[in-house]
Amino acid sequence: MDESRRNFLKITGTGVFGALWGIPVLRAVGKAFESSPKALKAKRWAMALDMKRLGRDDVRAAAAKACNSAHNIPDLGIAEEEVKWIWTEEYEAAFPTQVDKFTPEQMRKQPVLVLCNHCDRPPCVRVCPTKATFKREEDGIVMMDMHRCIGCRYCMAACPYGSRSFNWRDPKPFVRQGIRTDYPTRTKGVVEKCTLCAERLARGENPACVDAANKVGGAGTIVFGDIADPNSEISRVLRSRQTVRRKPSLGTSPQVYYLL
Amino acid sequence: MYDTGKILAGLVAFIVVATFPLWFTNLFGSPSARPVLELPKGEKKCVEDTEYMRHWHMNMLDQWRNEVVREGKRMYVSSDGRKFEMSLNKNCLKCHESRAKFCDRCHNYMAVDPYCWDCHVTPTGE
Ligand code: HEC
Ligand code: HEC
Ligand code: HEC
Repeated sequence: MDESRRNFLKITGTGVFGALWGIPVLRAVGKAFESSPKALKAKRWAMALDMKRLGRDDVRAAAAKACNSAHNIPDLGIAEEEVKWIWTEEYEAAFPTQVDKFTPEQMRKQPVLVLCNHCDRPPCVRVCPTKATFKREEDGIVMMDMHRCIGCRYCMAACPYGSRSFNWRDPKPFVRQGIRTDYPTRTKGVVEKCTLCAERLARGENPACVDAANKVGGAGTIVFGDIADPNSEISRVLRSRQTVRRKPSLGTSPQVYYLL
Repeated sequence: MYDTGKILAGLVAFIVVATFPLWFTNLFGSPSARPVLELPKGEKKCVEDTEYMRHWHMNMLDQWRNEVVREGKRMYVSSDGRKFEMSLNKNCLKCHESRAKFCDRCHNYMAVDPYCWDCHVTPTGE
């Protein structure tokens, strides 16, 4: 009897002491996190790129420049170490399944603006061992969490579009447009890619490339919106015009559409 | 027993030498100067209570970055209902203008070296 009361007191004592330690932790957990009322929201973001208008060098350059300066993207000047979020490929490299021996040379070489396809079934996400890259279930963005990236580069091997870049060296000295401090830079040893401007959407702005391309190339050069909403502009455009996607046979279901 | 004296003397000498750091700092050392932090002028209160911030700011920042990058939420509602953007540069360093005279002073004293600044370049270039 005596012995069990002693044990009872011991256990209760430890329990109370432990709970006291937990109070600050509980206080931290009790706080609220919100998104801005201005934030742009969708069930499934997608983009439609007008191939003809984006054939113009100045339109593509404007889109890439806007992205590069928004995200502190370095210009290393070394092809193998290039960091790219949005860039230009030749038609035959972007759409290898659309090319055959009769495709005219001029068409093969046509420049195409490419970026991360924010796939419905992203292979990069499947292979990431730390969940540093993941698909946001609320809006379909394939995100990149720099804080978790360990630089293993499995995602780069998995991505069939070359949309991911590894930082082989400290990028900061190569941010030639000047480092902006409202968006972080990166370090040596992490992989990066387009995040569909999650930080701009959160404050109510379109992705940087969309606004820049539409300003130079005219409205509708890049249509951006919610394809889960049948009445959105992008849904109407995709229904009414012929489109292609990059390497659809791989089953990744890209959400960047090209308007022919 | 032979050599009791020598063994004892050896033991005493050993203990004195081995515990040198303990008795020396206690008898002759002066406590290292606590860092003087430059607090924001014109602001009275941090995001949460000062005591809480002192103990938990690292956990708070860790949670913030998860909320921002992984949950898509960028606004923090503090326990007294004020709203803050969850950001290192656009929040902490807006009030604590000089990283060197605030964060770094304490971190150097405590010998912590957060790697955050490698990516989150400080607006003042510190
Ligand atoms: C490899 C680069 C890198 C490192 C190292 C890094 N971050 Fe970040 N961090 C980012 C990127 C990229 C974002 C996304 C920015 C956005 O979406 O606005 C971000 C976002 C954040 C945010 C929210 C947005 C903002 O403006 O601050 C917080 C808070 C944050 N990080 C805290 C930290 C802390 C604390 C550390 C150190 C323990 C750290 N980060 C280390 C790259 C990094
Ligand atoms: C609205 C302005 C403001 C913002 C934003 C702010 N602080 Fe503070 N912070 C203060 C003030 C004022 C004090 C001093 C409070 C006092 O004197 O008790 C303080 C105190 C602190 C202290 C305790 C210093 C000490 O005396 O030991 C820490 C740590 C701290 N802040 C960290 C942070 C971090 C980390 C962030 C970002 C998450 C942040 N602060 C954001 C205003 C701010
Ligand atoms: C009063 C002293 C003090 C001040 C002021 C202070 N810190 Fe800290 N900070 C600490 C201590 C102590 C630790 C280490 C805690 C640990 O290791 O558990 C720490 C750790 C951190 C960490 C986590 C580091 C890691 O490697 O996990 C971050 C991030 C951080 N501080 C950010 C800040 C920022 C930003 C400011 C300025 C706005 C700031 N701190 C100001 C005392 C301080």
